[in-house]
Amino acid sequence: MGVSVPTEAAPESGSRSTLSAVVAPITGALRLLEVDTRLLGMLGALLIIWFGFNILSGGTFLSPRNLWNLSVQSASIAIMATGMVLIIVSRNIDLSVGSMLGFLGYTMAMIQAVFIPNDLGFGHEQPFIWIVTLVLGIALGALVGGLQGFVVAYGGVPSFIVTLGGLLVWRGLIFRYAQGQTIAPLESTFQMLGGGTVGTRVGALGEWPSWTVGLVMCLAIVYLQIASRRRRRRYGFPVRPMWAEGLVGAVSCGAVLGVVWVANSYPLPVNVALQYAEEHGITVPPEGLFIPTGVAFPVVIMLIVTLVVTFLATRRRFGRYVYAIGGNPDAAALAGINVRRTIMLSFALMGSLAAISAAVQTARLNAAVTNLGVQNELDVISAAVIGGTSFSGGIGTVPGAILGAVVMQSLRSGMVLLLVDSPTQDIVVGLVLVAAVGLDTFVRRGVR
Amino acid sequence: MQTHVTQTPVATTQRVPLVQLRDIQVSFGGVRAVRGVTIDLYAGEVVGLVGGNGAGKTTLMRTLSGARPPDSGQILVNGQPVTIGNPRDAKALGIETIYQTLALADNLDAPANVFLGREVTASATLDDAAMESATRKVIARLNPNLKNFKTPVLRLSGGQRQAVAIARAIHFNARILIMDEPTAALGPAETAQVHSLIKQLKSEGIGIFLVSHDIHDVFDLSERISVMYHGGLVGTVNKDAVTVDQVLGMIILGKPPTNLTSQDLAELHG
Repeated sequence: MGVSVPTEAAPESGSRSTLSAVVAPITGALRLLEVDTRLLGMLGALLIIWFGFNILSGGTFLSPRNLWNLSVQSASIAIMATGMVLIIVSRNIDLSVGSMLGFLGYTMAMIQAVFIPNDLGFGHEQPFIWIVTLVLGIALGALVGGLQGFVVAYGGVPSFIVTLGGLLVWRGLIFRYAQGQTIAPLESTFQMLGGGTVGTRVGALGEWPSWTVGLVMCLAIVYLQIASRRRRRRYGFPVRPMWAEGLVGAVSCGAVLGVVWVANSYPLPVNVALQYAEEHGITVPPEGLFIPTGVAFPVVIMLIVTLVVTFLATRRRFGRYVYAIGGNPDAAALAGINVRRTIMLSFALMGSLAAISAAVQTARLNAAVTNLGVQNELDVISAAVIGGTSFSGGIGTVPGAILGAVVMQSLRSGMVLLLVDSPTQDIVVGLVLVAAVGLDTFVRRGVR
Repeated sequence: MQTHVTQTPVATTQRVPLVQLRDIQVSFGGVRAVRGVTIDLYAGEVVGLVGGNGAGKTTLMRTLSGARPPDSGQILVNGQPVTIGNPRDAKALGIETIYQTLALADNLDAPANVFLGREVTASATLDDAAMESATRKVIARLNPNLKNFKTPVLRLSGGQRQAVAIARAIHFNARILIMDEPTAALGPAETAQVHSLIKQLKSEGIGIFLVSHDIHDVFDLSERISVMYHGGLVGTVNKDAVTVDQVLGMIILGKPPTNLTSQDLAELHG
């Protein structure tokens, strides 16, 4: 083989560097598994970060307590990152998510602490307050996001400009209608959304509900695998070998149950546990009381959001159109896709996700403050990009963005444990962001 | 100057034309890209549309495919006046287009591209298996070499990408097909494949507008040839009634065959 000529028939077998010769058997096996190699690479990087920090911190990083907190801290960014993936995939950007979050969080705080109890005279602590607040917040988020999307799609103003304006406008509005006040306290059920504790009520599922949710998710994974296999069989398509199917199912289920196990290994704080024992007439054993906390509500919310947005992105026309627009906007329009409507809807979705994150963050703080969500847009965009979303459009996945958010938060959390100061944290996260995208570009160029 | 239209009587005049483009005009800013063009297309025939770069061929076809509605003029399908405001209107009328650029979403796989905008759904979710199955069937007819139905079309070869674009046009039972430079990026074997496909589609009664630079392709495949020059129609001629030189004269000099002098012909041959 003197001169290598790229063959027309099989361009995907074109790379013949020594590197690819080494990894070829591995990629062959991965192809049989039909798993996203980028996702797998990111998981590998995450494990390296985790075990690295665990060694450096003397075993603190991988303690149930730290992992539980890490999951809660990642949730609010991860929720928004799922929507940011679709925005960036369609060749747009949303710089306003932090300000939208602040504005929506403020509005929801006002609804539950002022409008419903005082203006409408229902008083505080009504059982319906949390859900009414949340639904109104999500609807307002869709409206606010949709308004920006309307200007982008139908007004033809670049999304960078529209959402840069939004970043200023929504933040400014907070000061306009709250005069810089902090709104607190929030309704107690609403507070549960943040994963905190109020008295003996805990913003988490608890032991057995957590296991139940985990098992249901496992069954769902297996069911989806079987259903997909059956469908492909019916059309006579090749299916992946049984060992590969079993491995993918076992690893996915193991991950789900692992998360539940970690969350259940984290006990309630001593004073909460004692109070709980007193209320329920449990005698406290001499070695102390171990009541598992279970999966935190913010994480539950994040999982639901992930499922819903993944479904929209991969199983619905809306998602297909978002990816088509990102891949080739002209082709999408010529195929008869309503490009403008799709873009507007993607921004509306982003707004409602910002509202959900706003609920989580205000609930966790038990207050709405004026700097709520400041710079969140940077974390959200970074999470999406570290998760493999490409700014050239058309490429990116929701699970990738979730992983990206966890990677970012793991770096921050690990550095906090190692007592690294905040400016240094920023420097490291910034470098990792650039390095991750650089590496990804390099690898993809090699593969192609 | 080229506004006069040569109406060539053809054997098919008793039938109602499949498509009638009547006095179509399109302007971009101050530029008149298409100036009052009238062309008919009958079922089961190929009309070759030729002309130099910027003659307005593609722009004229875009009015029929819904990509750019005309500023004035009328479009009739089966004798009925229709309004084609966007690509969806065109597809609803059975008008399919294979664009010169192919218009593929490179990041999506072949089934997603074939069904783009017309996805098969089952209980409101995309039925990818059904779409893949249908795509496998139609592609097998066009390019048996194409077997990667799960990879983005970006990774396919030029001929395979072309097959995906053609599959998209013919899968939905088109009655009218617009092919804009369908063989420009293809090798000899693939070009021959496209030629036999065109003949087959024609025999099925589909009317085809074939836009091409290649005068020999056009003579090979068309019944009639329409020549455009600077946005206007020079004329529509019966292929059997003209020589290649006469058509070249129409393309290069913008003169109908009857006005072509021997001096003009000498100039054409330099």
